[in-house]
Amino acid sequence: MRWKKPVCVLLLAAVGVTVIAGLQRLLMPKYMGQVVEGNLTSEYYEETTPHDVVFLGNCEVYENISPIVLWREFGITSYIRGNAQQLIAQSYYILEDTLKYETPGVVVFNVSAMQQFDQNNESYNRMTLDGMRWSASKWNAIRATMMEDEHMMEYIFPILRFHSRFAELEADDLTYFMKSGKVAHNGYYLRADIRPAGDLPVERRRSDYSFDPRSWEYLERIRALCENNGIQLILMKAPSLYPAWYDQWEVQIEEYASEHNLQYINCLEAADEIGIDFSQDTYDGGLHMNVYGAEKLSRYLGPFLLGAGADDHRDDAELAAVWAEKGLFYDSMKAQQEEEFAQFGYLKQFTTEE
Amino acid sequence: MSLVSYEFLAFFAAAAILYYVVPKRVQWILLLAVSFLFYAAGGAVYLLYPMITAVSTWFLALRIGRADSAAQTYIQEQKPDKEQKKAYQARIKKHKKRLMTAGILLNFGILAVLKYTDFLLGNLNVLFHLEEGAIPQISWVLPLGISYYTFQTMGYLIDVFRGRCRPEKNLFRFMLFVTYFPQMVSGPISRFDQLKKELFEEHSFDGTQFTFGLWRILWGFFKKLVIADRIAPAVAMITAAPDVYDGIYVLVGMLGYTLQLYTDFSGCMDIVIGVSQCFGIRLPENFQRPFGAKNLSELWRRWHMTLTGWFREYIFFPVSTSRFCRTVSRFAGKLGLHKVTKKLPVYIANLIVWFVTGIWHGAAWGFILWGLANGIVMMVSQEFTELYRAFHRRFPKTDGSVYGALQKVRTGLLFSGLLMFQYYPFGTVFAMLGNLLARGRLSQLFDGRFAELGLAAADFIVIAIGLVLMLLIGVLQETGSVRQKLAARPLVVRFTAVFLLFVMVLVAGCYGHGYDASQFIYNQF
Amino acid sequence: MDELLEILNDINPDADYETNDHLVDDEILTSFELVMLVTQIRDVFDVSIPSEDIIPENFNSVEAMMSLIGRLKEDE
Repeated sequence: MRWKKPVCVLLLAAVGVTVIAGLQRLLMPKYMGQVVEGNLTSEYYEETTPHDVVFLGNCEVYENISPIVLWREFGITSYIRGNAQQLIAQSYYILEDTLKYETPGVVVFNVSAMQQFDQNNESYNRMTLDGMRWSASKWNAIRATMMEDEHMMEYIFPILRFHSRFAELEADDLTYFMKSGKVAHNGYYLRADIRPAGDLPVERRRSDYSFDPRSWEYLERIRALCENNGIQLILMKAPSLYPAWYDQWEVQIEEYASEHNLQYINCLEAADEIGIDFSQDTYDGGLHMNVYGAEKLSRYLGPFLLGAGADDHRDDAELAAVWAEKGLFYDSMKAQQEEEFAQFGYLKQFTTEE
Repeated sequence: MSLVSYEFLAFFAAAAILYYVVPKRVQWILLLAVSFLFYAAGGAVYLLYPMITAVSTWFLALRIGRADSAAQTYIQEQKPDKEQKKAYQARIKKHKKRLMTAGILLNFGILAVLKYTDFLLGNLNVLFHLEEGAIPQISWVLPLGISYYTFQTMGYLIDVFRGRCRPEKNLFRFMLFVTYFPQMVSGPISRFDQLKKELFEEHSFDGTQFTFGLWRILWGFFKKLVIADRIAPAVAMITAAPDVYDGIYVLVGMLGYTLQLYTDFSGCMDIVIGVSQCFGIRLPENFQRPFGAKNLSELWRRWHMTLTGWFREYIFFPVSTSRFCRTVSRFAGKLGLHKVTKKLPVYIANLIVWFVTGIWHGAAWGFILWGLANGIVMMVSQEFTELYRAFHRRFPKTDGSVYGALQKVRTGLLFSGLLMFQYYPFGTVFAMLGNLLARGRLSQLFDGRFAELGLAAADFIVIAIGLVLMLLIGVLQETGSVRQKLAARPLVVRFTAVFLLFVMVLVAGCYGHGYDASQFIYNQF
Repeated sequence: MDELLEILNDINPDADYETNDHLVDDEILTSFELVMLVTQIRDVFDVSIPSEDIIPENFNSVEAMMSLIGRLKEDE
């Protein structure tokens, strides 16, 4: 009978841990409603094939570039590792994280994150970081970008952060208990609705246009990491009208690029050349591209990427099969949204009922 | 460092591990180091205050002790006759009294200056009809726990003076008594003769005691995080806006305030005493199911017991038996007020104690009035004691449990009602009470004002579960330690009970992001 | 002894003072009553009890009170 007590204790401990783990999963937001961006980071780990190109950045990458078009028209395999307000430090650690799984030939970093080093909204941090697999990179990413009232403990045990949702659980929390649904297309957030760019807030003059030194530090770290891994780094600025991108910033980035012999593509300046029509190609009045804008931008970027070392893989049968499936998902979502938008003038999932 | 923070849990875990790893004879040194660290976490400069208190008291107590032993030697060696002995002892006593008074003046002086300067300046402002802010406020930063460690330390000094305990020779041991980290911030106020044995004994790890300690901490977390912090915002809204929340809401606010105060403070005590129990150190209890009391003075003997005990021992008894009180009552006797003479000393001392209790709780007139109101109610009920007794003799059936329950409810309501002095502006308490009695309707609960309090259905369910659980524990406690009862049950039962409580705290606790980290109410003293 | 019982019965007649030895612990004598008791002991027995001697052990039973009074008288 001597074994009985330890076995009992172990069994009860196992039950306890399981119940708490289950509760934690139940209480964590599933991001399957109006906000789906919380799923972007984790979807990356479901990839089965490598990528030639990885995009890093905030909404200016994950809403503006369509990897499906890059594949279909150039045979480029790519993935967008971007999130809502993904800070430059987070981009660095997510690149570190990516390198654990693959080494892309090209990394494209969108420079708009240079302007703001510190997080100003805790939920963006959670959406970007919670989906990361545990590693030193995740730990460091949290350490580097945690807001003052955030705690590492609440990342290690997210139930400590989300426990209060017990009062507002919804059907989605059960539906997606085991696994969240797929929301993105290789990191691309597809929107097929249209809201033309209208009056944007007036640009405010700033007293100081220099970037935060910590932003420069992380840009340098991204550059060094790419260099050490033989990755071609490209800097880009997406064609978003707002938040404003000042000439003073442009100059600094141009200088940095030429100093380090990097390619810098300013798509905002090239908007006309790309063919972006801000009355048709944006879903939120000029902040972000819709799928039409994103496809145009992708067609514009394709040649640069090929030039930087990405290959055309269209004759690789295995890849072609994988991407064909991605294409189906993409086409069906796009068609469904187009239909809904044509019928109602809005997308139900992304609008709140009055 | 708040007792309900990740930092504190980590701090406690590290301290507990170290405590049982280091050689037993240095355990108390470790506790001292840990206590310093704990205090310094709120700003190392503030350690200066308890250090001044510790060093000055330690020194004066030693001097008092030396005077005592000098007297002993004198009596043994010189063999004085009775008269000489008496004269010598009187001289020594006078000397000792001077030392004690110096310590009391210094330390209560520091407390008074830090805590009451602004109150005094504010009153001067009003008194001289000056514009608001004409005499600027100083706004001292109040060192953590100053009201507690000052009282505890002064109790020691008086005890040494009275010969109740011997002075501690080792300054560092004494510092541990002053700064022992679980109790320093909000009590309980311990006595040296009781705590010293616990603090300086060598403690081996005792699994049962440790587990009991952890259970108690968990229970404290439950009271604080699940109940107190959940109702805190609503209570604050009701009590801060008497003109919006009138009628039945006066009662809701009153009960809510009392519930919050109790769960917050007694929860804090559960954590403190539980943490200490994990170190094998027993601290005195501060609460004994106060709402089981049948009259107000009994309630106060079960509420914040170490503070009321302190006042009883060091203020109430000395004042009521003082020469001053004797003179006053003799004077009353001469005036022919024979009925009063017997009780006059008690009443004078009582009012002084309650004035001090009031001002101890807060440097504001509301608190002073609250204290005095409690004292007056107790005096009035003392006057009616004989009537009560006669009533019970005439109607013996009133000793039954129904009447007892009614008495408990009445006492609880009285206690809650008096708390209105703490939060309603001066002079509006009776108006609010009148408003409740004249205009209070249950239907007002459904007139939309309740919805604005920010409490959802889930909150009410949680609060209801919490109340039922507390009631249950209270009933179980009447027949002995709940934890011992639980420990006697099979492992599965034990695990399930504790695990469910843990999950309740984990899920329904108000902590982490989205909740304002609210400090314990009693921390600010 | 009888004098003491008389005082006690005057203060609170609802107790059996001759057998009960938990008078303070049972809250039959609370601080109010203790002080009245001390005041009257002073008047009747002509002995003043200092406040540091007002502790439960000295007042839990009639015997304890008598021995306290005896001890204090001796010290005078």
